[in-house]
Amino acid sequence: MPDFLPSSQSSAVAAFFDGLRSAVMSVFFLVLAGTYIGMGALTHSVDLSPLWLALSTVLVWAAPAQLILISSFGTGGTLIEVAIAVTLSAMRLFPMVVALLPLVRRPDSRMRDLVLPAHFTAVSMWVESLRLLPLVPSERRLAFCNGLSSGYMGSAVIFGCIGYYLAAGLPALLSGALLFLTPMSFFISTVNNARLLVDRLSLMLGLVIAPLLAFWALPLDLLWTGIVGGTAAYAFNRMREAAQ
Amino acid sequence: MKAAVELGPYVTLILVGFLPNEVWRLLGLVLARGLDEGSELVVWSRAVATATLAGVIAKLILFSTGELAGIPLSIRLGAAACAFVGYMIAKRSVFAGVAAGEVALLVGGYFFAP
Repeated sequence: MPDFLPSSQSSAVAAFFDGLRSAVMSVFFLVLAGTYIGMGALTHSVDLSPLWLALSTVLVWAAPAQLILISSFGTGGTLIEVAIAVTLSAMRLFPMVVALLPLVRRPDSRMRDLVLPAHFTAVSMWVESLRLLPLVPSERRLAFCNGLSSGYMGSAVIFGCIGYYLAAGLPALLSGALLFLTPMSFFISTVNNARLLVDRLSLMLGLVIAPLLAFWALPLDLLWTGIVGGTAAYAFNRMREAAQ
Repeated sequence: MKAAVELGPYVTLILVGFLPNEVWRLLGLVLARGLDEGSELVVWSRAVATATLAGVIAKLILFSTGELAGIPLSIRLGAAACAFVGYMIAKRSVFAGVAAGEVALLVGGYFFAP
């Protein structure tokens, strides 16, 4: 850093790069790489461009929503159906933002400083932020969090492009294996996150209900999967807690 | 998606991808004060989100698109089961699980696919 920078400024920059480095070193870097290589392959299979994928990664920045959006170009569905499925998959971002911002916020924080961390909120970033931010001095957390998130988002954009061009030039079996990366990394990381009974039940019910509804060709099958499966799991958990 | 073809992929991205997704982050930003992680609304919405995501996973494995559709369903399901077993055997390692699933798919696809 040039000498004339005030020390506080240079250490905000340092905190940003600390965050960036934490992103590349974390377990989620590889999961993200696998997910977005798969996403790139999926994008290729429905004839969308790599630029479109990069833009959707920066703007949407939520793999489940991107997955619903991209696969809808292949499997069909009306615009309103896709929008509802996307918004349902994004509901989980709301409590995440609510839990994250108190860690980043300072008494002198402005609303616009928090727009970026709120936009960056996604499963990988959220899990790592909640683990690492308490170790960072509070005046550096915003910069650290933005660095961590930029690291994740940047690598997702790069791996998305890699997956796209890999899928374009690979034999069919290997392209198939790339496409398989997305459901596999989601499946296993969702299993890994589901430590509570209510989450495990929701996962199992979702896996069973969605194929049944899709097989019967019911409209809004993902919407009903989420509401029926999630509410049933929640209600079962409530009754069990009440019985104890 | 017929309507998506008419609107073009970029307008579709903004209208049914970006906006319905971002609205929850903005809500979280505006209403962040007061709600705690253990509140009933938060638990329920996480359950709905998890079930929705599980539905997406199941549909991607069962009704695959592109080259994955060329690999028989029984091999895709078997590979998903291998991923789960690999994850459990490797003391809950996400990498081990995903790697086991991928290897099973490649081996199954190479030797048993038509």
